Amino acid sequence: MVPLSWYLILSGILFSLGVLGFLLKRNIITIFMSIELMLNAVNLSFVAFANYWNTHPVADKSIVPLSGQVFVFFVMVVAAAEAAVGLAIIISVYRTRETLNVDRVNLLKL
Amino acid sequence: MVHQVLFIVFGLICVAGAINLLVQRHPISSALSLVVVMASLALIYLLLGAEFVAAIQVIVYAGAIMVLFVFVIMLLNAGAEERTRGSRIALFVGVPGVIILAGTVGWMLVSGSGRLGTVSISSSNFGETHNIAHLLFRDFLLPFEITSVLILIAIMGAVVLGKREN
Repeated sequence: MVPLSWYLILSGILFSLGVLGFLLKRNIITIFMSIELMLNAVNLSFVAFANYWNTHPVADKSIVPLSGQVFVFFVMVVAAAEAAVGLAIIISVYRTRETLNVDRVNLLKL
Repeated sequence: MVHQVLFIVFGLICVAGAINLLVQRHPISSALSLVVVMASLALIYLLLGAEFVAAIQVIVYAGAIMVLFVFVIMLLNAGAEERTRGSRIALFVGVPGVIILAGTVGWMLVSGSGRLGTVSISSSNFGETHNIAHLLFRDFLLPFEITSVLILIAIMGAVVLGKREN
């Protein structure tokens, strides 16, 4: 038996580290990986709550315990689509600017 | 007891991988430590009885998405990142902000942990693929179809962006 708050604290730590990486890293690919880390942290709390509602049934029928895991599935789909488009953008930025440093990418115009 | 020990071990691996992602200067080292984070998260999902989610975490995240990242890093021949003036401003503003965020979330969870209850390894076949498929193709059928359109748009966008102009 593990308290639910342990899972949520782990999720919070991972999310905070993701935010920190997003702010501190200068490489555009690493910034992108920090976003993936934040998405993973949110997935962890989704799965933890899915398990929690399964073991603590409530009278309210609108709460379906497994829907937490289905939402993780949707988050993964969106993350995959985002990774494909984002990496294509990174490649096209690199082609025009020859750099991956976000401080040197200061114009939206290519 | 075993559950707690396993959670602490994999949670520590997870946090260590995430910190290593921040510390490493070279993007390929960051990508590999993100794979470690995702693999240990898959094991934590198994502790929560989410077998299907653990499987797709390994296959989709640690497999497909991270391979895409590693491909792009090698394609662009990305070197170690350089420190600039902008990153120092982010350091002085970002670190206190993140500490406040983490402190607030942590305090709320610790003060409310008495009301939250515990999580156990479910004995029932809770996170089975069968049950998830029932929910996904019955209650969430419309969102599921919309995600397929989303992926189609993402494919077209990636092709258009990656196309070499001449």
